[in-house]
Amino acid sequence: MTIALETKNLEKQFGGLRVTRDLSLKVEQGARHALIGPNGAGKTTVINQLTGVLKPNSGRILLEGQDITDLPVHRRVLRGLSRTFQINQLYPDLTPLETIGLAVSERLGHGGDWWRRMGTRNDVNDEIADLLTRFHLLDAMNEQTVTLPYGKQRLLEIAVAIATKPRVLLLDEPAAGVPESERHDILAVVGALPRDVTVLLIEHDMDLVFSFADRISVLVSGALLTEGPPEQVARDPQVKAVYLGEEAVDV
Amino acid sequence: MSAASDVGYNAQRQARWHYGEIAFWLIVLSCGFLFPSRYLIMTDILRLALFTMSLDLILGYAGIVSLGHAAFFGVGAYAAGLLALHGIINEPVLALIAAGLAAMVLGFATSFLVIRGVDLTRLMVTLGIALLLEALAERFSNITGGTDGLQGIEMQPIFGQIPFDMFGKAGFFYSLAVLFLLFLFARRVVHSPFGLSLRAIKNNPLRAAAIGIPVNRRLIAVYTLAAFYAGIAGALFTQTTAIASLDVFAFERSADLMLVLVIGGTGYLYGGLIGAVVFRLLQELFSTITPQYWQFWIGLVLVVIVLVGRQRLHRWVLYVPNLILRMVAGRKAVVAVPEGDA
Repeated sequence: MTIALETKNLEKQFGGLRVTRDLSLKVEQGARHALIGPNGAGKTTVINQLTGVLKPNSGRILLEGQDITDLPVHRRVLRGLSRTFQINQLYPDLTPLETIGLAVSERLGHGGDWWRRMGTRNDVNDEIADLLTRFHLLDAMNEQTVTLPYGKQRLLEIAVAIATKPRVLLLDEPAAGVPESERHDILAVVGALPRDVTVLLIEHDMDLVFSFADRISVLVSGALLTEGPPEQVARDPQVKAVYLGEEAVDV
Repeated sequence: MSAASDVGYNAQRQARWHYGEIAFWLIVLSCGFLFPSRYLIMTDILRLALFTMSLDLILGYAGIVSLGHAAFFGVGAYAAGLLALHGIINEPVLALIAAGLAAMVLGFATSFLVIRGVDLTRLMVTLGIALLLEALAERFSNITGGTDGLQGIEMQPIFGQIPFDMFGKAGFFYSLAVLFLLFLFARRVVHSPFGLSLRAIKNNPLRAAAIGIPVNRRLIAVYTLAAFYAGIAGALFTQTTAIASLDVFAFERSADLMLVLVIGGTGYLYGGLIGAVVFRLLQELFSTITPQYWQFWIGLVLVVIVLVGRQRLHRWVLYVPNLILRMVAGRKAVVAVPEGDA
């Protein structure tokens, strides 16, 4: 199996606090890999280093074998590494049509066009229409994002990441804060991601993790505690100890 | 209609010309014929409108705050003055472009300082650059004329054909043509993927980068473009008044600009134009009522606008015109309320 995303001895400190400790992680091509851990384990800090928002103090990050540690955020996206955010990061004033249109335009290299009007390229329009349909946003395409119900915003959050056509997708708690009634839509969308997209899921919800992931890494205090297939991780006494009092792990 | 063509149609929704816009420009043009005794003040309004449009490009679209936009206005003004005074470029339109380019170079060079910080840093950096230039202009008085300003500028006819007259008629239509052309250009740019990406950056720079937008490069580009616009506005000032003095760099000019844009509204290009008209008219009105304290009333208006919310004010103001438009031309013709809020 080829490795889609890899960290080598990743180390991050905030002042005297080591939030990522010597983390070496391998995510296989096409995997459904979950990164779990109790609150404050440093999961989001890892994501921020993978995507380039934070610079690690030491260690390397490889995307499909190529060192991306020093690339800025947008260059990593163009190389095929995208993410969704735990808390929606959308454009309140823009519509879903504009939001997705931008992501598609950037990927196809039209993002810098300053003369040609938006909406005049058929290849871009086709893709926008396809994404809006898949994510049940076609009816809401002209609404300002800020006015959309939370579930729709959550769908848009994922749709925008998909619009960049990632080969590796980082999902940061995709179902966080979504009401029970709209949860199904999100899970269906996540489940329907094509197999050639490698997914690293950062999640709190154990039901979602065990129904989705084929491999699990457990992060505790910034360091890797254990890693393996779901059944093995679920039986691990160390993992049970960590989660004791927070949430019982049962498969 | 298929989903894709539907998407294409809706994506261009904002870019299509509305009746209200055409009406707006016709009214502006007709002012040039209706008030022949008011060319000077109307030209002043056009210059201010162009200058404000420049600020709107960076503030309204890209979210870059500036308290030193007069730096580019001033460079444009002095460049145009020096070009004409020393007979380097005599033809006004060419000199105008050259002056705009001079400001643009400064904009590009300083953009690297401006994009680094957040709002407060940006305010201070832009303010600092304008103060710096003002001091430099004063120091090198052998070039700039110091506190006396550039004197004895004589403008040659536009395209060698149309001379500037003492009533300011040529100056008015010249300024109007420049404003309109630059407006068309800006309108085109803001409805492009580039323009949309600026709004995305303003809304959420974190997410903008996360979908592959090179945030810094876009900000540098729009800052440079805005500097060009401000430079042109400054050059128009010199060309139509035949003077350039130190106050082109003044802090009040940058601060007034912010007031004008907030009065007119950010992020829909017309804010600068409407703001300039309202600001100058209020200034005229208040200074006739109370010559000493007109700034008090301007301040009051500003506070009311910000507190009541411009969207609401616009709806009140546009209520009657839209009622008529709706009856004459149908529901689609109504003048849209601007989206952004300062």
